[in-house]
Amino acid sequence: MATATKKYVGKPLKRKEDPRLVQGIAHYVDDLTLPGMLHMGVVRSPYAHARIRGIDTTKARSAPGVAAVLTAEDLAGAIGPVPCAAQIPDMKAAPRPVLATGEVRFAGEGVAVVVANSPYTLRDAMELVDVDYDPLPVVVDPEKAVRKDAPRVHEELSDNAAYRWELEGGDVKKAFKQAERVVKLRMTNQRLVPMAMEGRGVLAQYDRGDQRLTLWSSSQIPHILRTQIAAMLNFPEYGVYVVVPEVGGGFGSKLNVYPEEALACYLAMKLGKPVKWTEGRRENFLATIHGRDEICDMEFAVKRDGTLLGMRAKIFADLGAYYQLLTPLIPTLTGLMICGCYKLPNVRVEITGVLTNKMSTDAYRGAGRPEATYFIERGMDAVAAELKIDPAELRRKNFPKPEDFPYATATGLIYDTANYQGAMELALKQAEYKKLRREQAAARKKGRLLGIGVASYVEICALGPSSAMPAGGWESATVRIEPTGRVRVLTGSSPHGQGEETSFAQIAADMLGVTMDDVIIVHGDTSAVPYGIGTFGSRTLAVGGTAMYRCLENLRDKLLKIAGHLLEEDPAKLVLRDKRIVSKRDPKKSLPFGEAVAAAYTAKSLPPGLEPGLEATNFFEPSNFTFPFGTHVAVVEVDRETGDVKLLKYVAADDCGNVINPLLVEGQLQGGIVQSIGQVFFEEAVYDEQGQLISGELTDYALPHAADIPRIETYHTVTPTPVNPMGVKGVGEAGTIGATPTLVNAVVDALAHLGVRHMDMPLKRERVWQTIQEATGGSAGKARKAR
Amino acid sequence: MGLEIQVQVNGKNYQSEIEPRLLLVHYLREVLGLTGTHVGCETSLCGACTVLVDGRAVKSCTMLAVQADGSEITTIEGLTATPEAAGGLHPVQEGFWEKHGLQCGYCTPGMILSAVQLLRDNPSPTEAEIRHAIAGNLCRCTGYQHIVEAVEYAAKKLRSRKR
Ligand code: FES
Ligand code: FES
Repeated sequence: MATATKKYVGKPLKRKEDPRLVQGIAHYVDDLTLPGMLHMGVVRSPYAHARIRGIDTTKARSAPGVAAVLTAEDLAGAIGPVPCAAQIPDMKAAPRPVLATGEVRFAGEGVAVVVANSPYTLRDAMELVDVDYDPLPVVVDPEKAVRKDAPRVHEELSDNAAYRWELEGGDVKKAFKQAERVVKLRMTNQRLVPMAMEGRGVLAQYDRGDQRLTLWSSSQIPHILRTQIAAMLNFPEYGVYVVVPEVGGGFGSKLNVYPEEALACYLAMKLGKPVKWTEGRRENFLATIHGRDEICDMEFAVKRDGTLLGMRAKIFADLGAYYQLLTPLIPTLTGLMICGCYKLPNVRVEITGVLTNKMSTDAYRGAGRPEATYFIERGMDAVAAELKIDPAELRRKNFPKPEDFPYATATGLIYDTANYQGAMELALKQAEYKKLRREQAAARKKGRLLGIGVASYVEICALGPSSAMPAGGWESATVRIEPTGRVRVLTGSSPHGQGEETSFAQIAADMLGVTMDDVIIVHGDTSAVPYGIGTFGSRTLAVGGTAMYRCLENLRDKLLKIAGHLLEEDPAKLVLRDKRIVSKRDPKKSLPFGEAVAAAYTAKSLPPGLEPGLEATNFFEPSNFTFPFGTHVAVVEVDRETGDVKLLKYVAADDCGNVINPLLVEGQLQGGIVQSIGQVFFEEAVYDEQGQLISGELTDYALPHAADIPRIETYHTVTPTPVNPMGVKGVGEAGTIGATPTLVNAVVDALAHLGVRHMDMPLKRERVWQTIQEATGGSAGKARKAR
Repeated sequence: MGLEIQVQVNGKNYQSEIEPRLLLVHYLREVLGLTGTHVGCETSLCGACTVLVDGRAVKSCTMLAVQADGSEITTIEGLTATPEAAGGLHPVQEGFWEKHGLQCGYCTPGMILSAVQLLRDNPSPTEAEIRHAIAGNLCRCTGYQHIVEAVEYAAKKLRSRKR
């Protein structure tokens, strides 16, 4: 990296944002209060599918403290539907109205809003809204939903198949003809709830004089939200100001535009008072997007020696009842990444996106890529088991070599650069893989169920080239060096825990030769920062950071020109260091940083032709995605009597390119891996036949807590990407992508010698126990089969 | 309908007339404006709302404000004023900062207060004891390992001071 000095970059520095957060003096949306503020609540449907016969709001309207009650009828089309940015050829339309219009299509859909002067009176009044429903048949199983006789989620559509998406590369038929073995596996990647600890929150204020609508929202995409709110309300975009304060986690769930955001704006304008809405946890379960929910039938054509010839994947993706911002797009990412990190020249993917009476699925940490990795990595283990090849050896055999990069996949992606085997050997060595296998053999002899799981992944980050993104994939930055010599960075990225105020400041301080305290990173305020795309898909550093980097290069060059002029020295011979601009050939020739900055503003002795001021803006358009990779190894022991799984060891070797702050990278990995532990062992959004979310409380939807987790060991290889000047790839999703198949592979491996080939997540005790019983002919297994 | 309560919060005395059904967390956030105490679930399952009531870590969404009448309460905002903080950040706060024990920060105030109580009861906890003590506090971001390290850091610092 071409920085003047490297005082900060690459160091595990503690975060600039933490002092306010550890003292409880940071502000999330719900912490904001405005004079005269009213509180909004959404009355939600208890039915998954029903006709609304009528809504009686009279009692609620006349309840004490109530300012307004609103239904779709009252709105009369004043607010447009929730936007969907994804377009897939021949996709059916399933837009979500901000309030249910005539029919409800999932349990939790909003049917009315109530506004009152306090949260407590609001709750009382919401009870008084009387909705008369006529229940309709419900469809929850995506495979049944596409049958001809299935009830339709949207009456006006011919069926529930929202789209069919196909992709073929190479000659799949031929590959299967040449196959010496065909290995098949059916897998489910279950529906999950993203569960940011801060739910969504909205506060809207309208200034009649300035005709200025301000929306504070817990969002990952302030500018896109601004544009969409303006469109939904048919209000000039220049009058909409979105402010994203502290955000208590997102994981993709806040990469969206939701009805409550538009409704609060509408009501603030209508009532002339600020309106706040704070999501409850139950609402978060019901009405914030879900993730995953794909079923995959995968088939491999292989040679006996383990060479992969081809693969077919048939995927059913449950989209829920309506499209949110990216709903239909997510499963296609699974399709694009289905080859994983292997030479798989002949691939065919068929995806059916299905409408069901459930909350929409959309981007949840990894968004389509964890599903792809899970399927291919489980599939690789199935192939290894079938061919009796060690799973690590099978992977080794099919990795492209470092010299094969850039590597074109059969699905049309160009992987930038990698050394898959390098990361795998590191993980195997650190885990002491060979020794583990010996221990496993010995343990089996004693009847112990020890399992070793290995999975390698490649994922897609730095989203992304605009040609491949639904609404632009560039990012913006403005850097302004202020007259006093302080540096203000305005970025279109909008973090929610990633620590970009720190990592960006490290880069800026090094490039300008100032301290990190001299730098402030401003984000999330659309009136302050240039139009941006937002934070998701590990794009902050690789795309947003690069935009900043370009600005810094520009300002550095300008400062050197100014200093060169003042010092009568060739600017190419000058460097920025320790708040001075110093000549490399004559260190006595130097100038304080502040003087060069001041000169840019006083503009009395600038080099001829140079404009005054120190401000640069850049919109960085990446030429490709980046493709981080790695291998994880897990060791588990299964209790034969109870089905309990104990995670004994977890080793991760990841490669996210160059690292700006190892501490932040470590945090992303640890957090991601633990989210996977959640998916693998505990979490599942379960809808019953009536479309009721029965795991819709924290009592039934268990998140991993501290006592569930062993120490996780992380290691790194570093393969810088050529896609951006800093060589950074991104790390936000890596842990989640790598860990899920690793853990399931480990548990299945523990039971492999009993004849177990696969188990679907979550691997709860009961399920594991049942599987053991069935495999060993135990009593419970027999009883179930007899039924 | 108003009930009168007297509480001491972060060393300051308050007298308030409140609705009997008002939850302690809402009293702290909305009546006193102490918004550092967060709400993550309102059903006593996440720990985001943890405060110290008479020295014990309590989920303030499970308690009515009237039940706190006569109590001494410490919220995250009051931690720097405790003797352990010795004029700066409390060692637990410092540990979270040093060890990257937080990402989005939403669970952090509750985590910190649970850890403060742990270290008052048990100045030399093992890793397993730390994990057990914060098992009632959910964090979706960190994966907990750095939180454990943060608490270990604080324990060490507090012990070294006592020597
Ligand atoms: S808000 Fe009190 S425990 Fe979750
Ligand atoms: S830091 Fe985000 S929930 Fe713990």
